[in-house]
Amino acid sequence: VAESLLFLTELMGLKVCDLKGRRIGRIKDAGIVPRVDPRRIDRFLVGGEWTWWMVRHDQVASITLDGIVLSDDHLTPYHEDEYMLRLVKDLLDQQIIDVDGRKVVRVTDVTFELRKANSHDVLLVREVDIGIRSIVRRLFQGIVPPRIVRRLQRGISPNSIRWDMCNIIEPDPQRRLRLNISHKALEEMHPADLADIVEELSHEDREAVFETLDSEVAAEALSEVEDTKTQANILESLEADRAADIIEEMAPDEAADVLSEMKESSSERILEEMDAEPKTDVEELLEFDEESAGGMMNNEFLTVADSASVGDALKAIKENEEQVDTLTTLFLHDADGRLSGALPIGRLLLAEGAIPLRRLASEDDVISVPVGERRDRVTELVDKYNLMALPVVDAHGRQVGSITADDIISVLRQG
Amino acid sequence: VGFIQRFRRHIVIFFAVIGPGFITAMVDNDAGGIYTYSQAGAMFGYMPLWTLAPIALLLVVTQEMNARMGAVTGKGLSDLIREEFGLRTTFIVMALLVVGNFTNIMAEFAGVASSLELFHVSRYISVPLAALFVWALVVKGTYASVEKIFLFACVTYIAYIIAAVLISPDWEASALASVRPVFLANTAYVTILIGLVGTSIAPWMQFYLQAAVVEKGITVKDYAESRIEVIVGCIVMIGVAFFIIVACAAAIWQVKPREITSAAEAAKALRPFGEYAYLLFSAGLLNASLFAASILPLSTAYSVCEGLGFESGVNRNFKEAPVFYWLYTLLIVLGAGVVLIPSFPLVKMILFSQVVNGILLPLILIFMVRLINRSELMGEWVNSRAYNVITWTAVVILVAMTVALMGLTVREMWFPA
Repeated sequence: VAESLLFLTELMGLKVCDLKGRRIGRIKDAGIVPRVDPRRIDRFLVGGEWTWWMVRHDQVASITLDGIVLSDDHLTPYHEDEYMLRLVKDLLDQQIIDVDGRKVVRVTDVTFELRKANSHDVLLVREVDIGIRSIVRRLFQGIVPPRIVRRLQRGISPNSIRWDMCNIIEPDPQRRLRLNISHKALEEMHPADLADIVEELSHEDREAVFETLDSEVAAEALSEVEDTKTQANILESLEADRAADIIEEMAPDEAADVLSEMKESSSERILEEMDAEPKTDVEELLEFDEESAGGMMNNEFLTVADSASVGDALKAIKENEEQVDTLTTLFLHDADGRLSGALPIGRLLLAEGAIPLRRLASEDDVISVPVGERRDRVTELVDKYNLMALPVVDAHGRQVGSITADDIISVLRQG
Repeated sequence: VGFIQRFRRHIVIFFAVIGPGFITAMVDNDAGGIYTYSQAGAMFGYMPLWTLAPIALLLVVTQEMNARMGAVTGKGLSDLIREEFGLRTTFIVMALLVVGNFTNIMAEFAGVASSLELFHVSRYISVPLAALFVWALVVKGTYASVEKIFLFACVTYIAYIIAAVLISPDWEASALASVRPVFLANTAYVTILIGLVGTSIAPWMQFYLQAAVVEKGITVKDYAESRIEVIVGCIVMIGVAFFIIVACAAAIWQVKPREITSAAEAAKALRPFGEYAYLLFSAGLLNASLFAASILPLSTAYSVCEGLGFESGVNRNFKEAPVFYWLYTLLIVLGAGVVLIPSFPLVKMILFSQVVNGILLPLILIFMVRLINRSELMGEWVNSRAYNVITWTAVVILVAMTVALMGLTVREMWFPA
């Protein structure tokens, strides 16, 4: 390890002396003030004989493994500062999110970079350490001299996370603001990774993450959380209007699943907060038995008259842009509004614009199920006919929804 | 909402939260537990039965705290110890936990060996197969399916009840003895009493139960049901203990009171009373050993990895969570391996585990009471003052009993009779 590095374990307990060599005390903690500088150690907390002192970064002359020498004697007694993130108290041994590695980790130690600035020594947080090497340091800290600890850990490979990749989770919104903590970095992650992370957090931390994420990202992550009960727990822990914002962004069938998992009082409170359109979609679905095709289906689907042309169909797709990510099949209805065909989107691409859709659809009867169809029969049909989407129809043969392959997968995974 | 509807809702939630409490309580009746209960019945008949009700109470008090902490914080016990008491403390606790659990795992595989030897299966076949089964269960499965298998295994404890009924013991005497405390100034009797309390609560249970509650996604919302599950689990466990003591009292003590050296010996003593009683008792021992051998390595690996911050979980693979899987594998391979070494001092190791247990349990219980009283952690769910009095009393009794058991064990190790 180069001399320009220092570990938090080494900083802790370091002797602090003033210019004349008088001993003031030992380092107890160190804090950064993220609003001022996200990396620099702004204050050192020194445990003196009677009280804790606060040392500003510009009052420090030099920092070595043998101790810290100050350049200024005007120290103030320590007082709580809401804007300061204390490394020992707030960070050490706590869980943080490693944005780069996409996992939840526990902080064992912190590595600093030692730099000269205006002939002062400054400490910058460089990375957070996890793994065996930092555990060794922690275990021997204060028992064995630091130079020997450095030699002991040398053979073990380091395991660290760059400071800018560390996402701290703070449940208190006030403090989040004061400490300049945002969960923006999490929004860049794949929703499935984010869901894995969220599943590992404590209830309080989960709430903190979902409170701050963009509703759309939150909805995507939430639908990737595997267990409906966990999904419901998360939403129930949020304010009703916030939960409603997230649910509005979810696919109606998934939203209905989560809502039906909740206590009625909670789901009603959330429904009340929802906008009219998504609310009706979800409420419609809530009517169906979970074990039936109605409970599995999504009532967002794309249907056009079978008399329309390929060009009309492409136009309809463009008009329903929000569905395009998951769209696999275009459904057709006849003049009476009854389901009359199903067209894989790919086929539209190969056809001339003026051809009527009726001619493209297969001659055979379209495969569909009534809303009351049993769940196992639905999966059987999708498997048998290799369907990407299975239309669901009401008693009059009019389409009310569609079950897609990913609905089937979640059913099968739940066993 | 009508009463029936509300009741039905509770039942539905109860079945959704079932698992953690039951499994913990059942695994508590492991090979060592069965031996202690058998010994109590064989030497003193129905007399020690009165201890069971207080033991159940002690268990409920401690287990409830774990379930509550898990439900409120969503964190495991080793997580909380790490966050509140730092890494060094956690490391020491984990080191003791690994040693203590390791000797327990050995005892379970020894239980597998001796129970299957009653069925004339060589231990050189049974132990490796059992180890492989346990290992594959977790490495090849997911938590949900593993838990289902475990829950199903709980049902097999009925074997003891049937075995006891088949011997037709003196039910009147056992009912009476269950409510009439008897103290004797007799070293053997006191040792048995201490043993009964001491084996009923082990450090791993605290870690396992809390982790299982978290894994199951139980929150304060369904905590009421979860608490009932924990209490029912403890009562069922004590019920099983009751039938083991009664069976041995009838089969051994009523014939001629004597000391037994293993649970397998207790099974053999049941033979004159019928082949089925004997078979059921042996099968029960096998199930208990195998069940505990499946839970203990898993629980140990979980607790250690959580506490020290390594990746863990059956939902990850070997590459993602190397420390977790290596620890898990080593505990099983070594635990099963030493049982096959002919001259290995197994009994000494088990005595040694009692000592480790005696050091660790007070630490953990004190940590637990301190954690559960932190309002920044538990909010409104901290212990009430009255409950704290009960808790501390329970902790003091448990610690005193465990330390006493440790003392007796140390004496045994130094001055074997």
